[in-house]
Amino acid sequence: MSRGSQLPLGDRLAAGPRGLTSTLAQLPPLRLLLNALARLPLSGHHAVIGLPYLWLGLFFLVPFVIVLKISFADQLIAQPPYSSLVDLATEGYISLKLNIGNYTFLGSDPLYFNAYLKSVEIAFCSALICLVIGYPMAYAMARSDPAWRGVLLMLVVLPFWTSFLLRVYAWIGLLNNNGIINNVLIGLGLIQEPIVMMRTNFAVYVGIVYSYLPFMILPLYSTLEKMDLTLLEAAEDLGCRPLKAFFTITLPLSMPGVIAGFSLVFIPALGEFVIPDLLGGTETLMIGKVLWDEFFSNRAWPIASAVAIAMLSLVVVIMAVQKMLAKHAEASQ
Amino acid sequence: MHDGRKPELALDEPWRNPQATPYISIRNVTKRFGDFVAVNDVSLNVYRQELFCLLGGSGCGKSTLLRMLAGFEEPSSGQIFIDGQDMAGIPPYSRPVNMMFQSYALFPHMSVQDNVAFGLKQDRTPLKEIRERVAAMLDLVKLSPFAKRKPHQLSGGQRQRVALARSLVKEPKLLLLDEPLGALDRKLRESTQFELMNLQDKLGVTFIVVTHDQEEAMTLASRIGVMNQGHIVQVGTPSEIYEFPVNRFVADFIGTVNMFAGRIVDEDSNYVRIAAEADGCTFFIDHGVSASPNAQLWVALRPEKINIGREAPADTRENCVQGVIDGIAYMGDVSVFNVKLASGRMVKVTRPNLIRREEDTLTWDDEVWLHWHPASGVVLTS
Repeated sequence: MSRGSQLPLGDRLAAGPRGLTSTLAQLPPLRLLLNALARLPLSGHHAVIGLPYLWLGLFFLVPFVIVLKISFADQLIAQPPYSSLVDLATEGYISLKLNIGNYTFLGSDPLYFNAYLKSVEIAFCSALICLVIGYPMAYAMARSDPAWRGVLLMLVVLPFWTSFLLRVYAWIGLLNNNGIINNVLIGLGLIQEPIVMMRTNFAVYVGIVYSYLPFMILPLYSTLEKMDLTLLEAAEDLGCRPLKAFFTITLPLSMPGVIAGFSLVFIPALGEFVIPDLLGGTETLMIGKVLWDEFFSNRAWPIASAVAIAMLSLVVVIMAVQKMLAKHAEASQ
Repeated sequence: MHDGRKPELALDEPWRNPQATPYISIRNVTKRFGDFVAVNDVSLNVYRQELFCLLGGSGCGKSTLLRMLAGFEEPSSGQIFIDGQDMAGIPPYSRPVNMMFQSYALFPHMSVQDNVAFGLKQDRTPLKEIRERVAAMLDLVKLSPFAKRKPHQLSGGQRQRVALARSLVKEPKLLLLDEPLGALDRKLRESTQFELMNLQDKLGVTFIVVTHDQEEAMTLASRIGVMNQGHIVQVGTPSEIYEFPVNRFVADFIGTVNMFAGRIVDEDSNYVRIAAEADGCTFFIDHGVSASPNAQLWVALRPEKINIGREAPADTRENCVQGVIDGIAYMGDVSVFNVKLASGRMVKVTRPNLIRREEDTLTWDDEVWLHWHPASGVVLTS
């Protein structure tokens, strides 16, 4: 490293630590900082890209590593309630103890497998229901008068202005045995006994579909709105009826939006805790709720961490598949 | 300039024969969008195997008229007949018409051959026949090596040929083309123009082409319909439109023209003398004009019909004017001279560059005489 030619402090650095410190003391602190930064291989690009990386590193990667660490620990009755992986053993050796028992335990108790399976089922069905409801809505929005589109878009996003938790609570008031829906139906004389909706899978579906519908509509809307409508005219001109043109032209061209919307609903719904906790009953065994119970009721932090890591792995696999599908859908256009 | 080989059948000129039945008959068609009248009381007959060009500036209603033929728009009033059948209420997918879109509108998720096969599949044509016809059509437009490609992997010219193949494969009786050559560069346009005309000869399809490009219309068309503000202003063969425009709009829209405003000073059944007082010259026209004696008239004079030279013509009383060369544009085949008259107005004159290097060539600030033949000027009353 040819320090002497590159660095303004080169000569003095060469003079040894004492000379260096005396030189540093003479420099204004700001100058010092700038000099230090200038020596790092940094540019504007790096700074712009670096910020989100820094954010993700601090608030995602570090917590993730902590959770990963806990998932390999033993459960203890202590503060914190898990053992540390790294110990100072005798004679200057460091011992690293990885306990994979938490993961094998997940496999041994069918509770966890069933919870994963049920979560995937509920998330998949919710995403499917969102797609069935959201597609016509997005389609209608994309084909509406351009002057109205902004308003319609705002209406879709409007629920986000209220707290998610409050909106889920509001469904309790609607779905309860003496809630609004049952009261209205009884008042109209349509039913004698209230329909039990609260604390069922039905209520969980209602909650998830309601909460995540905008995440389906928005990507669908953006792909449908971008679509060139003369393609449909061309199809009609070639003898294709409008309904068939929808299935041969519009639907295949909106596949990127379908895949994006599906993942945006499926992935968060998979780990959903609040909705099954507030609206679901004992039959709704979702992995988010299991995780919560392990963590807060059983204080089984290592098991809870293993549950979380296993779920993350599941999501990563699903996302990889989704990415492949999206790539395929995009390549075909 | 316009040596386009016109389709043979067009030479029969069925529009001159009152007994001929038109293939497409547009009768008093009007189309309104709210308060805006896009197409205003248009009547037009197009004959079998014609290559008819609708020519006009943007917003003149030519595309709307085409879309009404395709069935994407319904006329607000009036009727459209294709092959004797009233098209009212018939949806686009049931019309014996195919359209080539300005943007080509190729299906981006389908390969070239699937795009071309799309129309045939809608008719439940047997698969074997679809394969054969698609292959033959791709052969015709020289795209066989690209059959498996997606539209985004093609160049502009190739996409245009896919669009053409797709609209021709169903062998429609009527093909509508919306600015078919708009997105192509000049060389490609010229070759495609001739390809289009060859195809038309070969397949015997009736073409209606919409374009804003007068050169395209001149090269392609058996007849041209010039449109302005929703009206059809003039219908005629390219040479009729160019040499005998009916009004100043047509004269000005097709090609370049020098327009002189004037009044009749002397007239007879076989000649008329028009004085363009503002420009200090008198026109002697070798045919009579039916106009009231004192009415305002215009004489349109094409740049290539004016002679330019330093010597004064034999008779300097009429059909000539003096000026100074203000600008020269060398175009290779011709040179365009901007000549400033004493009145201050500019006159455009083109002269073919017959010799590679002229000894005594005309140059800037030269005093020149412009003169023309009595048959060169067109008298316009509106």
